[in-house]
Amino acid sequence: MDPTVAMYVSQGIHGLAYGMILFLIASGLNIIFGMMGILNLAHAVFFMLGAYLCYAIVGLTGNFWLGLLIAPVLVAMLGIVMERVFLRYAKNVGHFGELILTMGIGSIIVAVIKMIWGTENKPLPVPEQLQGMVNLFGMSYPVYRLFVIGLSLLILVLMMLLLYRTRLGKIVRAAVSDREMVNALGININLVFMFVFGVGTWMAGVAGVAIAPILTVFPGLSDQLGMDAFIVVVTGGLGSLPGAFIVSIIFGFLSSYGVQFMSQFAPVLMVMFMAVVLAIKPAGLFGSRG
Amino acid sequence: MLLQVKDLNAHYGPSHVLQGINLNIAEGELVALMGRNGMGKSTTLKSIMGLVKPTSGSVMFQGQEVAGLPPYKVALAGIGFVPEERRIFPELSVLDNLKLGIKGGKIKNPNDPNTWTIERIFHHFPKLAERTQQPGGRLSGGEQQMLAMGRSLMGNPKLLLVDEPTEGLAPIMVQEVRNVLEEINKAGVSVLLVEHNMKVALSLAHRVYLMSKACIGCEAAPVEVRDNHELRAKYLEA
Repeated sequence: MDPTVAMYVSQGIHGLAYGMILFLIASGLNIIFGMMGILNLAHAVFFMLGAYLCYAIVGLTGNFWLGLLIAPVLVAMLGIVMERVFLRYAKNVGHFGELILTMGIGSIIVAVIKMIWGTENKPLPVPEQLQGMVNLFGMSYPVYRLFVIGLSLLILVLMMLLLYRTRLGKIVRAAVSDREMVNALGININLVFMFVFGVGTWMAGVAGVAIAPILTVFPGLSDQLGMDAFIVVVTGGLGSLPGAFIVSIIFGFLSSYGVQFMSQFAPVLMVMFMAVVLAIKPAGLFGSRG
Repeated sequence: MLLQVKDLNAHYGPSHVLQGINLNIAEGELVALMGRNGMGKSTTLKSIMGLVKPTSGSVMFQGQEVAGLPPYKVALAGIGFVPEERRIFPELSVLDNLKLGIKGGKIKNPNDPNTWTIERIFHHFPKLAERTQQPGGRLSGGEQQMLAMGRSLMGNPKLLLVDEPTEGLAPIMVQEVRNVLEEINKAGVSVLLVEHNMKVALSLAHRVYLMSKACIGCEAAPVEVRDNHELRAKYLEA
C-alpha cells in the first residue's frame, strides 16, 4: 500500500482510539450531569485513579486483565462513597457547593496519589497478548489501539442496551427529565442516583486503565484528558450522549491529524472547534440547556 | 378513614404556605379541594405526597403515618400522584411511561379484576392503546392527561391525588377527563381532586373543602357550593 495512505490510516486509528477513550470519560461526566445536575470536577481524577490502581494491581499480580477488571470497580466504589456520604448532603448548598466539594475531593485524591506513587511517570506495559501489530488488508495496525477501540465500542453498546432496553435504563432516562416525578411513582431515586454515579465513575476508571499503556501513568493525566473531556461535554451539549460521542470522535481525529499536519497548532484545534460550535450553538451541538 | 390529615404545616423558606390543614377522605370518596389561585391547594397535595416536606402535623394513611416520608415511600404506601401539567416523560413511549408506574416493575395479582393492568388502562383510555409506541411528549394535552392518570393507576393506588386535570384542555377533552375520573372513582379508587373548573369539580365530588389563604376555610356539600353565593364569593370568585 502507498505509504502516505498507510500513514493516514494509522493516524486515524490513533485518533479513533483517543476519541473513544475521551468518550468513555465524557459520557460518565455527562450522564451524571444530565441526571443529577452535578458537574463532577473530580471525574477526571477518578479516571486517573483507574490508571494508578491498574498500575498497582499489575505490580502486585503481573496481570493486566485483573487490573482492567478490578481497578474500575474500585473507582466506582469510591465514586459511590463520594455520592452517598458527601454529595447528598451538599444538595442543600446548591450547585456551587457541589462544584467546590467535588473539586476538593479531586484535589485530595491527587495529593494521596502523589504521596503513594510520587510524581514521575510509571510505565504500564501493554499486555503480552495485545503487543505488536496485526496485518489487515495489507496494512499493519497496533493491536492494543484496536483493542481499546473494541472495548470502548463494547461498553457503548452495553450502555445503549442498558439505557434503552431495561427498566433501570428507562428509569434513568425518565429521571433525566423529571426526577421528582420518578420519585413520586414509588421509585427510590437515591438508589438510582447511586447507581448512575457508580456506572459513570466505573466508565472513567475503565478509560484510565485503557489509556495507561499508551500514555504511561503520571499525576498530570487527569489535567490532560480531563480538560479535553470537559470540552467534549460542553461542545457536544451538556447531558447529551450522542453529542459527546460525535465530538469525542472529532476530537480524536483533530488531535491525531493535527499533530501530523500542523503540530504547532494541534493543542488549540479542539478549543477552536469548541469556540466555533458554541458561537453558533451556545448550548452545544445537541444541547437543550442554555 | 383512608386519609386523615391533621394540622399540617409547611414552609417555603420564610413563607408559611400551609397553616394547619385538616382534611379527611373515606374509602371510595371523591373529595374536591377548591379555592382561588395561590391558596395552597397544590402545595397541600405535594405535602401529602412528600414532595414538599411538611414542617409539622400528621398525615395518616390507612393507619400509617406518612408525613415526612420521601415521596417514593408515600407512593409505595398506596398514594398515587397525578401532577399539574401532567409531567409525562417526553422521551419515553406511552407504554414505557405506563410501565414506570408499576411498583417494583412487576404487577401483583395481575389476574385479580380489581388490579390495574396495561389492558385495563387501555380499556379505560382507548386513545392510549392506539399510540403505545409514540413518545409521550408527542401526545396532545388531553392524551397526556390520560397517560398521567394511567401511569399513576399502574401503581394500584388506594388514593389518587389529582391536580388540575382539565387545565388547558379543549372542552371535549375536559368532559372526557371528567368521565374517566368518575370511572376511576367508581372502580374503587378514592380521589382528592384539585380542580378549577367548577362544573367538573361539583359534578364529581362527594364533598368539597374550600381553601382560603394557606388553610381550609370550610367544608361543604357540592350543592351548597353551587347554590350558596356567599360561599362562592368568599372562596372562589375573583
